[in-house]
Amino acid sequence: MLSWIIFLPLLGAGLILLLPKDNKALIRNVALATTLLDLALCIPLYLGFDPTTASLQFEESATWIPTLGSSYHIGVDGISLWLLLLTAFLGPLCILGSRGIEKRVKEYHFSFLFLMTGMMGVFSAWDLVLFYVFWEVMLVPMYLLIGIWGHENRIYAAVKFFIYTMVGSLLMLVAILWMYFQSADPTTGLRTFDLLAIYQMPRPPIQAQMWLFAAFGLAFAIKVPMFPFHTWLPDAHVEAPTAGSVILAGVLLKMGTYGFLRYCMPLFPAATVAFVPLISVLAIIGIIYGALVSMVQPNMKKLVAYSSVSHLGFVMLGLFALNQQGVQGGLLQMINHGISTGALFFLVGMLYDRRHTFNISDFGGLAKVMPVYTTVFIIVALSSLGLPGLNGFVGEFLILLGTFKSNPTYAVFAASGVILAAVYLLWMIQRVFYGSVDKEVNSALPDLTLRERTILFPLVIVIVWMGVYPQMFLSKMETSVRVFLENMPK
Amino acid sequence: MSHEALHVTPCSLLWLIPAFPLMGFLINGLLRRKQKEAVAGIIASLAMFASFLVSLMVFFRLLNLPHDGRVLIQTLYTWFGVGDFLVNVSFQIDPLSAIMILVVSGVGFLIHVYSIGYMKGDPGVVRYFTQLNLFAFFMLMLVMADNYLLMFLGWEGVGLCSYLLIGFWYEDLNNARAGMKAFVVNRIGDFGFLLGMLLIFTTFGSLQYSVVFERAAEFPVGSSVITALTLLLFVGATGKSAQIPLYTWLPDAMAGPTPVSALIHAATMVTAGVYMVARSNLLYTLAPVSLAVVAGIGAATAIFAASIGLVQKDIKKVLAYSTVSQLGYMFLACGVGAFGAGIFHLMTHAFFKALLFLGAGSVIHAMHHYLHHVGSHANAQDMDNMGGLKAWLPRTFGTMLIATLAIAGIPGLSGFFSKDEIFWKAFSSGHYVVWVIGLIAAGMTAFYMFRLVYLTFYGEFRSAKKDQHPHESPAVMTVPLIILAVLSIIGGWVGIPHALGGGNQFEAWLEPVFASSLHVSEMVHGEGGVGLELSLMALATLIALAGIGLAYWFYRKRTDLPDKVAAGARALYNLLFHKYYVDEIYNAIVVKPLREVSRVFLWRVFDAGIVDGAVNGMAKVMAQVGQNARRAQTGQVSNYALVFGVAVIVILLAFVL
Repeated sequence: MLSWIIFLPLLGAGLILLLPKDNKALIRNVALATTLLDLALCIPLYLGFDPTTASLQFEESATWIPTLGSSYHIGVDGISLWLLLLTAFLGPLCILGSRGIEKRVKEYHFSFLFLMTGMMGVFSAWDLVLFYVFWEVMLVPMYLLIGIWGHENRIYAAVKFFIYTMVGSLLMLVAILWMYFQSADPTTGLRTFDLLAIYQMPRPPIQAQMWLFAAFGLAFAIKVPMFPFHTWLPDAHVEAPTAGSVILAGVLLKMGTYGFLRYCMPLFPAATVAFVPLISVLAIIGIIYGALVSMVQPNMKKLVAYSSVSHLGFVMLGLFALNQQGVQGGLLQMINHGISTGALFFLVGMLYDRRHTFNISDFGGLAKVMPVYTTVFIIVALSSLGLPGLNGFVGEFLILLGTFKSNPTYAVFAASGVILAAVYLLWMIQRVFYGSVDKEVNSALPDLTLRERTILFPLVIVIVWMGVYPQMFLSKMETSVRVFLENMPK
Repeated sequence: MSHEALHVTPCSLLWLIPAFPLMGFLINGLLRRKQKEAVAGIIASLAMFASFLVSLMVFFRLLNLPHDGRVLIQTLYTWFGVGDFLVNVSFQIDPLSAIMILVVSGVGFLIHVYSIGYMKGDPGVVRYFTQLNLFAFFMLMLVMADNYLLMFLGWEGVGLCSYLLIGFWYEDLNNARAGMKAFVVNRIGDFGFLLGMLLIFTTFGSLQYSVVFERAAEFPVGSSVITALTLLLFVGATGKSAQIPLYTWLPDAMAGPTPVSALIHAATMVTAGVYMVARSNLLYTLAPVSLAVVAGIGAATAIFAASIGLVQKDIKKVLAYSTVSQLGYMFLACGVGAFGAGIFHLMTHAFFKALLFLGAGSVIHAMHHYLHHVGSHANAQDMDNMGGLKAWLPRTFGTMLIATLAIAGIPGLSGFFSKDEIFWKAFSSGHYVVWVIGLIAAGMTAFYMFRLVYLTFYGEFRSAKKDQHPHESPAVMTVPLIILAVLSIIGGWVGIPHALGGGNQFEAWLEPVFASSLHVSEMVHGEGGVGLELSLMALATLIALAGIGLAYWFYRKRTDLPDKVAAGARALYNLLFHKYYVDEIYNAIVVKPLREVSRVFLWRVFDAGIVDGAVNGMAKVMAQVGQNARRAQTGQVSNYALVFGVAVIVILLAFVL
């Protein structure tokens, strides 16, 4: 069934290839139906998931390239479950949010569905080659989405995105090959790319671990993005079409943090411990730096983009606290960020659809003109700034708690990000929504349409739900995270 | 599990208390478009009234329990639990929180009703009641929580509502700015609260009050970790309760509708810090250094804010600084270990300060309509434009006068008893310096309050035009004033000290909450006897009367004097009128540098210049290399083979070595 979930979007993409390119409505509806069906398929995945075990569930295995010791091996555990569900959840919302795309509709939806398969594959793969294939496959449609359907400066942003990611990927490939050559079974001499098999093997010596961690880690750090590898992000976000930004922030960035959690940390535990101070300090710099730079952005979309640097800094800090609260908090915060920042990009995009600008100074007094939009925007912003009762708070609190336990000084610095988040978000709200409507063009902007509400309301419901009853989400990851931590050096 | 758990009684009613305002919020919020103005106010008020009724039932249920077993609890569900961390959505009503819920729902109800009149005709009235109900919900969560994290939920939630309601008339950007300032300054405090909670959890392994306090009791007095965590919590309190150095948001918060100022920025939310310190009384008692800090900050704030209040012209600004000052008294009380006295003053202050704000609201309401009517654009809140209003606003005047007498500390009224309790506890526990500061600030309080009354209600009406005059507010506004006036008189009678032949039932009622602290330190309890207490009382009363007399002399007898004094001490006057320039100083040393460094250095220079420059530079180099490398594509297969061969050897060598 997991294969169906992964490849259904690809099937849909194939179907779209067969459709006449002028029938835009049909293409859109097929894409929407595909993603909705995919989401429906995830319901049994959620219901059938057994939270009491850390072992692989919904596991599927098939021979693929036996001579290389690589197989089609996929599965879900408590660490990947919510990331898969998040991807499936954002899928239909993004398709619905792409109704404004008029250029090359067929190619657009093909790329998008292709991307969905790539992302879900990354979260499900349990074979290094398979993982790498999905990882690279994802890169192409994302590049196209930015490069073809983006805004003015899209080529520069797309190339930058591509080069940044490729540099990291290449080093990762070298590391994967190194792992492979070291994986020979002492009795049979057979090598393997299978992640579960590699998990069972003794870890490389510390010196090698450090290099391997660095090679994998760079690829992931660029994706996260961690300071100072973040400068591709603002450009990619600002130039990408709305749904591209949503998926980029909502899911693609999580590839980086997920990569750390799935590959870097369990495969190179000794190196992980050695890297804790470096990563934590970079994460904290990211939190504060991202927030400060966010604060002074004149462009709304860039502001939200930089805020991701800050939020993902929290995630990394939590993961590298190496305790239950930190890691679960980090994991939860990945989901929170996907929902909240995804929603923020949708909102900013909706404003762009109306006014064709992202400049904060082009707005003012919108609360009067678009009251429902304003209310939703404020709720989402509050979730992003970590207001208790909404989703962001639970993740942030657990991260800070985990960090405080392992290193109180880190927690003190990181907690200052909580103040700054309020500053940059509320200041934007003040300039966009409050004051009088002093620009004629803004005086008659329409409030949210039915389609826009259909996109935003599910997100708002999840925001409140995760804040009021986060236990539902946390309980599914608890066992997997505990076992993950048991395998880390004390 | 805990020691206290033996004496608790489950009560399935508790959830209703916050649930009613939450329902009001949801009904008005979801029907916002279709909701009629009048209906919204009635729904919101009914929700508060229902909440108040349940609070009363809970109070009486508590009263019927034995003295040392007055704790009602209800656990709804696990909010979140990870590893050894667990926190529930659960409520605890003990004598302390019982007082808080009665004040919040009771005074809250009156202010909701008043708002029906005050906000009538405002296009945003449904939004107003929605947010007001939401505030009540969070405030009740704050005081009913049985653990710090749930308290924090209420704590930040009320901050949110405060932000929204300060900026309620957001079309004026200054109001929105004031709201944001309130939120951000509170966040600075919450940063301390958050770290305090983390330290509480790592120290005691729980955030639940009963567990924390039971384990804390095993710590020695003066333990550094408890000192640290109480100081961190107090940072949170200085934000929420507007104490030095984080008080600057409260005067600006007067930008909100006046009933909001009464409810949020006088009677309830701003007292949350006092509640939190009183709730954590055992922790503070175990940390004498923190107690001293609390007392010091409280006393300093009391006199500092009172001095600013002496010269303000805006009627609400005077009351705002007065609130900051009175909150200082409450912390002063907690700081000398007299938590009960602090809570007593919290309650009486809720009555008379809510009344003062609502009265001021009634005055502003009348002035606003009058000025509008005569076509004037003068400021409806500037006391320079008022005067002589008592003739036309008799009920407003009468009730405000009662509140003024109460806050000034005139014997028999509520403020007298609570303030006196604080003075006596400060003096008898040997805190002579804060006692003297408190007395001076009390004199100032009497002065600035009567200055307000004289400037507003006496003398000539300074905006008089033809034969027009302002009109008294409708009954929906004046009836709450009258009820609050009654409470401002009798509200103190529950705490008449033994020295005056009373029973001080209030202190006895709260005694179980503070019992564990009394075990730790045997300060507070009166030395010196009845005679001394009575003479101190007389002294405080004389000082209050002197303040009133001075105000009378300045503003009724020799009305030329204020200007002369101001001219004579121009520098001092400006310093006070401009609030010691604290806002300007904060702006210059924190806000501006942070913004400019971020904009110019971090973003333009570092991010776009250095990091991006390096990346783009690298890309250029690569492109150049690519150009050169093109020449290597000779089309000669043998060349390719050579390069390929070399590469393979290099890679193999790398793996072998």
